[in-house]
Amino acid sequence: MLRYQAALAKALRDELANDEAVFVIGEDVRESLRGVSRGLAAEFGEERVLDTPISEQAFTGFATGAALVGRRAVIEFQIPALLFIAFEQIVDQAHKLRLMTGGQASVPVTYLVPGSGARLGLAGQHSDNPYSYFVHAGVKTVLPATAHDAYGLFAAAIRDDDPVVVFAPAAVLGVRDEVPDDPYVVPLGSGRIHREGTDVTVVAVGHLVHDALALAEEVAGEISVEVFDPRTLYPFDWELLAESISRTGRLVVYDDANRSCGFAAEIVATAAEELPLVAPPRRVTRADAVVPFAVDLERAVLPSRAQLATAVRQTLREEARP
Amino acid sequence: MKELYRTMRVIRRFEERTVDLVNANEIAGVTHEYVGQEAVATGVCSVLRRDDAITSTHRGHGHLIAKGADVSRMFAELLGRVDGLNRARGGSMHIADLSIGVLGANGIVAAGAPHAAGAAWAFREAGTDRIAVTFFGDGGINQGVLLETFNLAALWRLPLVFICENNGYAVTLSAEHSTAGSMVDRAASYGMPAEAVDGMDVEAVAVSAGRAVARARAGEGPSFVECRTYRFFGHHTAERTMKLGYRTDEEIAHWRERDPLELAGARLEPAERAAIDQEVEALLDESLAFARASERPLAEDALAFNYAALEPRRGVAR
Ligand SMILES: Cc1ncc(C[n+]2csc(CCOP(=O)(O)OP(=O)(O)O)c2C)c(N)n1
Ligand SMILES: [Mg+2]
Repeated sequence: MLRYQAALAKALRDELANDEAVFVIGEDVRESLRGVSRGLAAEFGEERVLDTPISEQAFTGFATGAALVGRRAVIEFQIPALLFIAFEQIVDQAHKLRLMTGGQASVPVTYLVPGSGARLGLAGQHSDNPYSYFVHAGVKTVLPATAHDAYGLFAAAIRDDDPVVVFAPAAVLGVRDEVPDDPYVVPLGSGRIHREGTDVTVVAVGHLVHDALALAEEVAGEISVEVFDPRTLYPFDWELLAESISRTGRLVVYDDANRSCGFAAEIVATAAEELPLVAPPRRVTRADAVVPFAVDLERAVLPSRAQLATAVRQTLREEARP
Repeated sequence: MKELYRTMRVIRRFEERTVDLVNANEIAGVTHEYVGQEAVATGVCSVLRRDDAITSTHRGHGHLIAKGADVSRMFAELLGRVDGLNRARGGSMHIADLSIGVLGANGIVAAGAPHAAGAAWAFREAGTDRIAVTFFGDGGINQGVLLETFNLAALWRLPLVFICENNGYAVTLSAEHSTAGSMVDRAASYGMPAEAVDGMDVEAVAVSAGRAVARARAGEGPSFVECRTYRFFGHHTAERTMKLGYRTDEEIAHWRERDPLELAGARLEPAERAAIDQEVEALLDESLAFARASERPLAEDALAFNYAALEPRRGVAR
């Protein structure tokens, strides 16, 4: 059994050992505040674990340049909001270079955010879950919910030849799970059904997978809830979701990101257009709000299990529109 | 000298023809011409090896030609043809040839600087003496990402050369009105050698850049060279229709007296120069004919090259 955070650390260590082209860059990565890269400088050398000045645009672009000439970079961002600073270098440079060069450029860079989302009291600038921006732009984006998937998806991201953003939800960094000793990958783009059910599919994102599983258990006597974890937000596993919806006919998306143009909106829209739903789909999301500091206020803008329960019941009461 | 003049002549005539092609709607969009600045790219790239890397700007045609790109494939790219360097996916502002170390022109001011830094680091880590050069303008020098890259490069003593092409303007804003202090002092404050050079004199540029490149190759870290130059044309091809008043005809005429091609051409025998001019014209005729004969890409391939192995989602439901 490994904690989520330790699974990330193991994946990084295994990939550094597996491929000499891999290097790590970020702020305080030699000491490693989150423990993801602790000890790696001593083991692999400081030239493969680079502490950088607080220059997000430059070190993000630096990784792109190194990748363009054959290296494979892993960047750690201390705070999810730092992605806003590096956004141009990720979305406009790294992501677009393959197409813009007509396939000449390959930019294998992994952007790791070990601690995404709100975690009580970190307030407006340290509580974001900015994955929808990357999904919108078509950047490969993963959000593992368990230590097992964190290992496999992080390893897959590092081996991938395109830029991949890996969000590790702050709320699950300490959660333990079975992680095999031998290296493995979870392929990007493959969803996972954590619990089978027949009445409604709940697509739960990141740490909310655990919450959805708890709700499924709570209501098990009454409602049969299928819990679907996309694991990769882009590319999304539409096939597995189609299969799930063909069994349940109902959909609720549970997503801790802003509502407007958020990840949940995309799932609901596509399901409405393409999947055999028998009732209108619903979503439970964050408010389109800045996360306030006081803990009660913070909770009030985040999606909750109670809201999920309500949405699930609502969708079961509703019938297909004529 | 013959070779330097020839390269500058190719750039000049490539750009003049490009303007005609844009005006004739054979090239879509706008392009940013390098006319007036030929000595900078030519001088700098003359001291580089094929396996060195450069990052270029929105005004990138000259850098590519000087680094040795095939002008036929450059024309094909601008015309949006499949034989273009970027298979018609990039166009003028993203034109690249990784096989000769051109990591790309860039539509975002100074955004290529950290790419050059990363490449320079990777070259050093691989135990080679390859180096990288990043080109940017007087406008670029006020971008945070460039200043961050100054720091990284100096701190880590990267084999990198910063070439600032000070052509006096960022679109309409003069360098005087955009930059506090001197550019050279700013770069020097990061602890790297910095100097200004006459960017209209290709040999002077080559000497200055040569020193910077030698330092980088010897593992002595980055340097900065400000090349004082001027663009003879508008910011881009569409400017001539805009009636902008940010500079005077007298100013342009004054700089044209120091046309880098004339300065270099005067150092050749007239017959030698005429022969080169003729040869360049033939090359460009041939290149343009090649580009025009190249196929246009198929609409059904519009989604190719977005990912290593993945089809992007389409805009219509399956
Ligand atoms: C970051 C950024 N801001 C603004 C623009 C729009 N823009 C394109 S070129 C340019 C001027 C750049 O001036 P300079 O760096 O001196 O290069 P020059 O055009 O003179 O070659 C501007 C403002 C841009 N492309 N990128
Ligand atoms: Mg300028």
